[in-house]
Amino acid sequence: MSRTIGFRRGVTLLLALVALLAGATSCAQRSSPDKETGRGDDPASAFPVRVELPGQDPVTLPEQPKRIVSLSPTATEVLYEIGAGEQVVAVDEYSTYPERAPREDISALNVGASTVSDYRPDLVIAQAGNAGELAKGLRELDIPVLLTPSATDLPAAYEQMKALGRATGHGDEASDTVRRIRSEIDELVRQAPEPERSLTYYHEVSPDHFTATSKSFVGSVYEKFGLDNIADSAGGKFPQLSEERILRADPDMIFLADTKTAGVSEQAVGNRPGWQTLTAVRQGHVYELNEDVASRWGPRVVELARSISEAIDDTRRS
Amino acid sequence: MRDSRSPSVDTVEGPDTTPSPVRRPRGSTLRPVHLLLGTAVLAVLLLVSVLTGAAELGWQRVLAELGAQLTGGVSPLSEREAAILWQLRVPRVVLAVLVGGALAISGAAFQGVFRNPLADPYLLGAAAGAGLSVTVVVTAVPQVNLGSTGIAQVAAFLGALGGVGLTWLIGRSAGPDTATLVLAGVAVGAFLTAAQTFVQQLRVESLQRVYMWILGRLNTTGWDEVLTVLPALCLAVVVLCACGRLLDLLGTGDEEAAALGVRPGRVRALVLVAASLATASAVSVAGLIGFVGLVVPHLVRLALGGSYRVIVPVSLLFGGAFLVGADMLARTVMAPAELPIGVITAFTGAPFFALLLHTSRRR
Repeated sequence: MSRTIGFRRGVTLLLALVALLAGATSCAQRSSPDKETGRGDDPASAFPVRVELPGQDPVTLPEQPKRIVSLSPTATEVLYEIGAGEQVVAVDEYSTYPERAPREDISALNVGASTVSDYRPDLVIAQAGNAGELAKGLRELDIPVLLTPSATDLPAAYEQMKALGRATGHGDEASDTVRRIRSEIDELVRQAPEPERSLTYYHEVSPDHFTATSKSFVGSVYEKFGLDNIADSAGGKFPQLSEERILRADPDMIFLADTKTAGVSEQAVGNRPGWQTLTAVRQGHVYELNEDVASRWGPRVVELARSISEAIDDTRRS
Repeated sequence: MRDSRSPSVDTVEGPDTTPSPVRRPRGSTLRPVHLLLGTAVLAVLLLVSVLTGAAELGWQRVLAELGAQLTGGVSPLSEREAAILWQLRVPRVVLAVLVGGALAISGAAFQGVFRNPLADPYLLGAAAGAGLSVTVVVTAVPQVNLGSTGIAQVAAFLGALGGVGLTWLIGRSAGPDTATLVLAGVAVGAFLTAAQTFVQQLRVESLQRVYMWILGRLNTTGWDEVLTVLPALCLAVVVLCACGRLLDLLGTGDEEAAALGVRPGRVRALVLVAASLATASAVSVAGLIGFVGLVVPHLVRLALGGSYRVIVPVSLLFGGAFLVGADMLARTVMAPAELPIGVITAFTGAPFFALLLHTSRRR
């Protein structure tokens, strides 16, 4: 009998505690809007926060995430750049940078919601388009999911970095990062020699001549340097070019973004039938890019811009 | 079919009795006009295909170049234009002839062996076997270039033969008739395709390349591929053309064929090996190009009658012509972008297939 009373008392106490806590939380919610900009000493004070990315459902985070799982290589690079690396508990197998990221043998393409939930995340970041099903499953488990769309140009990439900053409580650092990247790229563009005539280029994504046009993110970076893309008339972002047309176009520069997955090299390009007649091949203007850098819209885009700038310099000189 | 045969067949003595009392299909002899027609169609398509392309060299200038090469005159093309013509376009057109011919002739042979007009080279697990082995190569050695190294070719070839071999083993142990073999082919094909998907999932970054290969591709090629497939293909073509009469005999039924001194099991094995060889060499360089092996022999049968002495050699010519035409579309429809050739053949083949099912049901 007395045990029953004790139990009831315990339940009542627990209920009271919950009510108290709920009150406290709702207080915090009410006081938050004036701090939503993320300014202030304590990053946690910016929460709850609502993060919205183009084409995606808005995500509301009640408090600063402490256990982040990133299934997007670009997002992983951004998180570490803006100082949110401490909060990351797992990243996907393609998140190859930075080295110290806790890489797991999972990817948004092959992992289920229950496996991801094993990491007890309070925020999962994944690439939109690859992770629709996964996101649905995670939302059913009440785990917030931020789906990041592919950026199509630098401003979109900057917006995404800032959104990741807001979502993780590093809004200030994200803004600083964006400012630094923008000024470094502007500086590289300024340093690039003035064109007497505009140079043309071919950016190879795979050895069967899939390429990127100016409509893609990487193409938008080339565009900043005033380069003309030989694939633009093919339309779309990543068309497969006819090999005849590549030879016909005779680009001034060839950039290889299939060096890792397909092992294409400057030498391999020179050995392709007919390619030794190309100006870029003859004059040595075939540039092997770091494939990961050339396919992500993260902070290392500065490295890509530097490669392009150096290639332009090199091509102008000869 | 067999039930309607007259018992008089049993009285025939010796294999070389002519004229055979067995009803001969319409158009049972190969007339020169058939070969001439096929050759003419192929030649016209070849020429048009060489004259057109994404690089827009101008057909007059290409004609002038061909003339200059024949007469030893001065080439009107620049060095790069000549490279486009002779190192990209011409070998590609030649490869299209070989691959199209190989798929069509083996399609004709499979249809003959199985007495089933819906049989095609991929029915017996050849494509699935090649698909699996190429996927394994791509995932194990990501650096391999599917276009210009021998590894992928050899893998596809062994995979195709392995797929057919497996089908053969399972089909033989299950029963002697051709329907069992076809069902075994379906089972093997489904199993190998599942295995391929599994391997793909282990290395997701190879998905795009494997996918492009599955769609079929003639787009990255030089003369290497042509030389790779030529010997095996020639051998297969000679064997299959020589087997045309035997296929006709098989078509009358195994007992009847046996009565005429033909050993059905041996003929079937010989034709299957030769047809698999042709399919495997095509698949090894061009990936999976569907519907050629189904559509072309059928058109030939509709036009020229049901004798395999006609269907087999004429399918070779029209198969080549069909793929040259399809490749011309692939190269030019969306220029400067390229369409996978498998998309074109499926676009024309799939509606045809549906029509075929429709008319065969009505019969």
